[in-house]
Amino acid sequence: MATASLRWSDPRVRSVVWQVLILGSIAALVAFLVVNVNANRAQRHIASGFGFLDREAHVPIAEALIPYSDATSTFARALVEGLLNTLRIAVVGVVLATVLGTLVGIGQLSRNALLARLCAIYVEVARDIPVLVQLLIWYAVLKLLPVPRQAIHLGGSFLSNRGIIVPMPLASPAWSAMFWAALAGAVLAWFWARWTRVRRARLGRAPPALSIGAALVVGLPLLAWLAYGAPTALEYPALRGFNFGGGTTLSPEYAALLIGLVVYTAAYIAEVVRSGLLAVSHGQTEAATALGLSHGQTLRLIVLPQALRVIIPPLTSEYLNLTKNSSLAVAIGYQDVVSIANTTMTQTGQALEGVTIIMGTYLVINLATSALMSWYERRNRLVER
Amino acid sequence: MTRAPALATAVLILSATAGAHAQGTGSTTLDAVRARGQLVCGVAGGVPGFSLVDSKGRMTGLDADSCRAIAAAALGDAEKVRFVPLTTQTRFTALQAGEVDVLIRSTTWTLTRESNLGAEFAGINYYDGTGFLVKTTAGVKSVKEMEGATICVQPGTSTELAIADYFRDNKLTFKPLLIEDRAELERTFIAGRCDAYSTDSSALATFRATQPTKEDYVLLPEIISKEPLGYMVRKGDDKWFDVVRWTYFAELTAEEDGVTSKTVDNDATTATKPDVRRLLGLEGDLGKSLGLDNKFAFNVVKQVGNFGEIWDRNITVLGVPRGINNLWTKGGLQYAPPMR
Repeated sequence: MATASLRWSDPRVRSVVWQVLILGSIAALVAFLVVNVNANRAQRHIASGFGFLDREAHVPIAEALIPYSDATSTFARALVEGLLNTLRIAVVGVVLATVLGTLVGIGQLSRNALLARLCAIYVEVARDIPVLVQLLIWYAVLKLLPVPRQAIHLGGSFLSNRGIIVPMPLASPAWSAMFWAALAGAVLAWFWARWTRVRRARLGRAPPALSIGAALVVGLPLLAWLAYGAPTALEYPALRGFNFGGGTTLSPEYAALLIGLVVYTAAYIAEVVRSGLLAVSHGQTEAATALGLSHGQTLRLIVLPQALRVIIPPLTSEYLNLTKNSSLAVAIGYQDVVSIANTTMTQTGQALEGVTIIMGTYLVINLATSALMSWYERRNRLVER
Repeated sequence: MTRAPALATAVLILSATAGAHAQGTGSTTLDAVRARGQLVCGVAGGVPGFSLVDSKGRMTGLDADSCRAIAAAALGDAEKVRFVPLTTQTRFTALQAGEVDVLIRSTTWTLTRESNLGAEFAGINYYDGTGFLVKTTAGVKSVKEMEGATICVQPGTSTELAIADYFRDNKLTFKPLLIEDRAELERTFIAGRCDAYSTDSSALATFRATQPTKEDYVLLPEIISKEPLGYMVRKGDDKWFDVVRWTYFAELTAEEDGVTSKTVDNDATTATKPDVRRLLGLEGDLGKSLGLDNKFAFNVVKQVGNFGEIWDRNITVLGVPRGINNLWTKGGLQYAPPMR
């Protein structure tokens, strides 16, 4: 019985043998790589492991979102600063690129020939020039701004080649109270929306979800602000020695990277949006018109919901691309996670660990983006009854 | 059972890589250079005086000539060099991974670079220090007046760390602007995006010298760190380390003994001084003991020149004084142990 079932002609036996062979080869290859890397590193006396993360980095960072000191902060802290800078670009860039891309995508289908043509030209130009070149061009343009001493002064703000410096509200306990109030408002609004949905399903009517929810999100922070005596004092920037003191700064490096990535990615998003809109059959629009819906209503209620299903998967890819392209920051001196990891590698000599950190960072950010987008896609999927 | 072939293959590959260097000079790098017929040398590629491609497409500079000297010693032909331009952030990985045989890229010798990077410094071809260049219009006389200034610097350099230390020590603050590409960094400084440009003072002097209007820039008097720049090789190949180090010492010894590229032919036939005779391979087996030809130093001096000639050709022409980089016999720090 046992010998009979182990024949080569049995497809199950063949399948198991092949799988074991392939897995075995992969395991052997991985083992060889690990052994080889370790042997080479030992022979060349290259340090290994992630112990360096606890050492003081002494790497100066220009734009730190959380407190950082080049005297005492560790490599781990420096890398976190880089990660936050990457997220600052990726999140803001994705939002702006979506807005610009959607507008241009709809604009390309406009009945206004001039608008449609302008949008088409923008898309062609923006996606035909390599993104690195675009970044360098934007950076060169921003560096043409006047030096600090001749800065352009606009109502308390300054525009110079050190960036845009705007007045900032003076530190007050009201700001953190407002933040928590807004968070509480959002949570309450979510519960309120759920309750009204359940109630509407049971009784067929319910108090409005949107207006009360909005009132909670806006009203609670406003109450907190009033409770703290409604502080309005602003700290105005002023030229002190070499740089501006006070206020908050939007650096030319961040601005160039943001503008460059948004302009580049929005061109692709515009095409995604255009193809999504065109994928909705024209009969749908005609039927909506026949029912007496206005142009705007047709777009909002009939075309866009159906187009979204086509748009979301390629849109996700564009979001991932924007995040990855943000690593070009190195070229124009914005300290994202790649820039800091590169410096870490040079200071410690541990390239493998550094590259692992870079890859892990982008993997986690992009997997999270993908997960969020698939969740959104599932929500918008055609529900068949 | 099914794993056995795969394991055997892996073992075969492993033993093959381990046994590949059984013969030759005993130096894997020197053997590789000889087999290739070419030295692969990591340089900066964009620093006047150190390594810069001239109008005829030839890599010139102190670092470039240091590469040529090693090629002359190892292969007998100074032109058999392939130059690989490296940024401050790619240089060590390139050396570790074996992409280059030697790194001569204005790289500072520090303890952690030797203890952690898997690299060793074979010699110092330039005793340098971190300096600051500012625009004349800024009216600054000292680094101590630069509270809050934005400073342009290359990331991943010892300069970056030296500035952080200096400003902390003097209770000053600064904003770094870190750009990897030196040309882009210099454009950014010229555009006025930063108040000072900081790197090795040699590179600042040569940058200033190559600007259309030098008077627009001032080098501040402070030199805030020691930056010994030199030759870097991988650890674990002592014989190659010896080749690189003694090629450099041969350049120094030739200068000390007055042997130049013009006199070397004559010296190789008529020299009577024992030191010179040993250097040029007329007596003893100095070259052979390094795994090289006995005429290795002759080739270096004949084809590239002695240390002073290399210096004059690349650095003196830019108007930078030799200072502490002179021979020890002339009050400088350049000193070669006896070649015997």
